[in-house]
Amino acid sequence: MARFKTFKDIAKYREKLNKERDSEATAIRVCMTGCRAKGADAFSESLKAELKKRGLEKKFKVIETGCHGFCSMSPVAVVEPGNIFYGNLKPEDAEEIVEETVVNGRTVERLLFADPATQEKIVKEKEIPFYSHQKRLVLKNCGVVDPREIDDYICRGGYAAFSKALETMKPEEVVEEILKSGLRGRGGAGFPTGLKWRFANKERSDKKFLVCNADEGDPGAFMDRAVLEGDPHAVLEGMLIGAYAIGADEGYIYVRAEYPIAIAHLNIALKQMEELGLLGRNILGAKFSFDLHIKEGAGAFVCGEETALMASIEGKRGTPRVRPPFPIQSGLWGHPTCINNVETLANVAAIIENGSDWYASMGTEKSKGTKVFALAGMIRNTGLVEAPMGMTLREIIFEVGGGIPNGKKFKAALTGGPSGGCIPEQFLDLPIDYDSLAKVGAIMGSGGLIIMDESTCVVDIAKYFMTFTQSESCGKCVPCRMGTKRMLELLERITDGKGTMEDLALLEETADIVKDTSLCGLGQTAPNPVITTLKYFRDEYLAHIEQKKCPALKCKALLTYTVAEDKCKKCHKCAESCPANAISGQKKEIHKIDQAKCVKCGMCHTVCPFDAIELS
Amino acid sequence: MSTSALTEIIERYRGKPGSLIPALQKAQAEMGYLSGETLEQISTGLGIPFSRVFGVATFYSQFYLSPRGKHTIKVCVGTACHVRGAGAALQALEEKLGVKAGNPTEDLNFQLETVACLGTCFLAPAIMIDKDYYGEQTPKTVGKILKKYIGGGADAGTPDPEE
Ligand SMILES: Cc1cc2nc3c(=O)[nH]c(=O)nc-3n(C[C@H](O)[C@H](O)[C@H](O)COP(=O)(O)O)c2cc1C
Ligand code: FES
Repeated sequence: MARFKTFKDIAKYREKLNKERDSEATAIRVCMTGCRAKGADAFSESLKAELKKRGLEKKFKVIETGCHGFCSMSPVAVVEPGNIFYGNLKPEDAEEIVEETVVNGRTVERLLFADPATQEKIVKEKEIPFYSHQKRLVLKNCGVVDPREIDDYICRGGYAAFSKALETMKPEEVVEEILKSGLRGRGGAGFPTGLKWRFANKERSDKKFLVCNADEGDPGAFMDRAVLEGDPHAVLEGMLIGAYAIGADEGYIYVRAEYPIAIAHLNIALKQMEELGLLGRNILGAKFSFDLHIKEGAGAFVCGEETALMASIEGKRGTPRVRPPFPIQSGLWGHPTCINNVETLANVAAIIENGSDWYASMGTEKSKGTKVFALAGMIRNTGLVEAPMGMTLREIIFEVGGGIPNGKKFKAALTGGPSGGCIPEQFLDLPIDYDSLAKVGAIMGSGGLIIMDESTCVVDIAKYFMTFTQSESCGKCVPCRMGTKRMLELLERITDGKGTMEDLALLEETADIVKDTSLCGLGQTAPNPVITTLKYFRDEYLAHIEQKKCPALKCKALLTYTVAEDKCKKCHKCAESCPANAISGQKKEIHKIDQAKCVKCGMCHTVCPFDAIELS
Repeated sequence: MSTSALTEIIERYRGKPGSLIPALQKAQAEMGYLSGETLEQISTGLGIPFSRVFGVATFYSQFYLSPRGKHTIKVCVGTACHVRGAGAALQALEEKLGVKAGNPTEDLNFQLETVACLGTCFLAPAIMIDKDYYGEQTPKTVGKILKKYIGGGADAGTPDPEE
């Protein structure tokens, strides 16, 4: 393998690769990350075997890529040229794809995406509504390159921005370019990245660190994971540029241990960078040296918070501390430390390459560029979506996301996970950007976007998030440690049908106190789901308290279970499962539930094979 | 763990800044959990007070201080899975296995755990057993899947997400 010694070497290497690769115009891109959960590896193996059987493996390449985004069609693959999108693939399909598409140049109709409204088949990936409304900037290589091949990345222009910065720009000029682009931190708070880098650049110190925050704590989000798995070099190039801009010579990537594929791909990527001379001393012959380490997290949500993250890297309990001093002033082992999120860093190379004006032309006045969302919940097209800032929630949910399945109605969208809030129907036309979301009490967050339909109970969701923050509270400060616990107890009383109006008042008061007085962002934002659901769905709380009813039929304790006599097949399973012996009737008899004895555990509903237990 | 493996780990990390967590991770990977004895040896070996070693080992959910079941069941309780009914699947598993989440079964065949988002929200509610994913789980489906892992070897059963 080559080793880059000067700026020119990268461009030369790219030219050489592109010449060699000209002949490889035909290929099939198979997702081998998220889609593994639905058997993508078996499909890929069977495809390779089929090609080999016909002696086509040299002419037709199987590229094992990262996430294509359209996870609800998983496993997916795209055939090039032609941009033919196939979904829901099984190993048996490989033979037909090779025979029809590879050999005869025809599409396999039954594997194409069908428009749910018209049932019309769509051939090209880029013409499927899920993709055609997106703007893929951060995800441009995800699902395209083999993330384990630095050559793939270099072929597509990789490391050109880094060499441009190093050769033609002073560190301060890099900082100004990022500042002018309007890029804001994607880790949640939206702090301008250029400003953070300017502060870091101005710090005088013989040692500085750059840290990539890949802890991705939101329980229901996987944007950062997809980028690291599918295009790790985009993040690493961003880190090189950032380190040059702020004057750091050492860096860490703090990544969740729950992401084994991301860690594996990062390790491969670092090794390749070292071999090519993109890490280490005097990179590309310049006066710039950078070493990079991977640190695996050990399972604590609070470690996504920057001061806790640093404590964890230092090998301590990951508890946050008071700021100031900010990490920029005193971070890892007392040295200035700049912390940036994965997606933030993945934007950097494109900005340096295309200029800040290009970047600032996308998005809204104060939120530039795009944002990647992990779209999930009660939505047809679950997956990874990159939308230009300013796109409306309606467009994301109904155009890209394909709307709500099973004929149900949209109820609310949740952004920002446990720190975020819910956005009700009246704001569907809200443009998604940092400031608009903050105005309605939600936050952009890191990109989790969960859709709820009418069958979701908002009080249950508030309780769900509070359960999460309460157990993840590190226990260092009292408002968060005690406050989240008390709020959870109040929410449990309400969903159990024991809540009173005094409980509701106490809940609101506690929420305010925890928000105002907690030490770190975890506690300060933990009440948000409660506050926003109370703001927009107060009626639902009142129904739980005053009428002892759960309108969404979710909160078990507030339900009445009855046997639908026309559906009961007299199998006796419900009676056997009932822990309270509240169900009477023998085999071959219609069963009955004694409401006085029923403890509302829901077991009968669970075990009934005929859906004969009705809830009301 | 053989003492030599532990000694090797200790040698590798001695004197390096920020090495306690990786040392604990490596030690646990060797023997499956961190016994009091292991923690003591790491404390002495790395010259870090036992209280700090214990503090770190109990802070992070990834560290286990007691033996674990052979097959790890991770029930996703992330938001997407929650709204699609992960709670019912978890409850059914707890009842079937007779343990609460976070514990091994009595016969040490299973370890029941919860996780926040497996990154496969399109399979919600999702569970993962060892390295295999199972999607769209209901109280009715989880029982069937467990059977594949009872009595069989480590790789009993191939994933069948359709189930
Ligand atoms: C409780 C808590 C959890 C956080 N989790 C993450 C996380 O998982 N990933 C992340 O990038 N930032 C997270 N943050 C934000 C970080 O503290 C920090 O602001 C961010 O990494 C800075 O990067 P950015 O400027 O590029 O957004 C979290 C903050 C808090 C308070
Ligand atoms: S919330 Fe369960 S896989 Fe994402």
